[in-house]
Amino acid sequence: MPLTAHPPSTDRPAIVPKATDPLLIDGVALDSRFFLGTAGYPSPATLCDAIRAAGSQVLTVGLKRTLQAGDNGALTQAFAVGREQGARLLPNTAGCRSAREAVQLAHMARELYGTAWIKLEVIGDDHTLQPDPFELVAAATELVREGFVVFPYCTEDLIVGRRLLDAGCPLLMPWGAPIGSGQGLLNLHGLRTLRERLPDTVLVIDAGLGAPSQAARAMELGFDAVLLNSAVAQAGDPVAMAGAFGDAVRAGRRAFHAGLMAPQAFAVASTPVSGHAFLLGDA
Amino acid sequence: MTALPSITVRLDDRTVAMPAGATLAHLLERERREAAAVATALNGRFVPRDARADTALNDGDVVLFFQPIVGG
Repeated sequence: MPLTAHPPSTDRPAIVPKATDPLLIDGVALDSRFFLGTAGYPSPATLCDAIRAAGSQVLTVGLKRTLQAGDNGALTQAFAVGREQGARLLPNTAGCRSAREAVQLAHMARELYGTAWIKLEVIGDDHTLQPDPFELVAAATELVREGFVVFPYCTEDLIVGRRLLDAGCPLLMPWGAPIGSGQGLLNLHGLRTLRERLPDTVLVIDAGLGAPSQAARAMELGFDAVLLNSAVAQAGDPVAMAGAFGDAVRAGRRAFHAGLMAPQAFAVASTPVSGHAFLLGDA
Repeated sequence: MTALPSITVRLDDRTVAMPAGATLAHLLERERREAAAVATALNGRFVPRDARADTALNDGDVVLFFQPIVGG
């Protein structure tokens, strides 16, 4: 049977079937394990269709100073679509370089968006946008104390992860690769280690994913969800790509539950014949 | 006749003159900003919506307004 292309994005995206194993965060059961960013789409309409196609129930949003340019109404429209599918908003602290800045911005986000959920970003390097672990832990500690539910954007560093959990974060969001780079899961060993050493912690791969196959890989490894933005927003057809990522996340999750076979160093015949080809015996 | 005393504050990237004794709530009114549409910071510290009317501005203060935006 020939493969068929993804439906054109001009059609209304199909209803995405719900997963069978909801993700529980802060007492909230999420049917979708695909968190989606709302920035950088070609138009507000494309953003809305991408949200529908993704079926996402966590949408990241930001804050900006009022002197900067607006978003052409994208956010207002995205809110409406998000509500239709039971989405929750996850404001971020993008642009913050210190714990102090991040804490102040988080308070503003809570007031404006009416949610205590905060994606905590504290950047330590402008080139890699790598999180500053020391400021991150300091900010998380203070925000948890002030009643926030902190989703920390972090690296795959196990010890930093533990400190963030000790601070009261209910989950970790390690990067796959630098933000917006689309490089996928760069440090597989580190990510596997994090998964193995924190088996009961919700782990969300945040940042760096560029292709649905990478999202599927993350889910196959046992990560609980993925968060991405650029890979969808910058795709040639963002709506189709949102659907493709949704499929990949569900497939990867099912594969994880099904249990991947153990890799072998050598070939292992799958057809149960004897050791010799029976038509070419030397008898 | 003496002029009413005034102060200047930095709002985002510009200077705004306000009468002495003005509050953060007065600045929002002057800028025609809906109170619920922006979050406010004074000298780098968040000022909650319900504290704006009691937050007096001083000469040289730096005020920032923030609003929701798309984000990743």
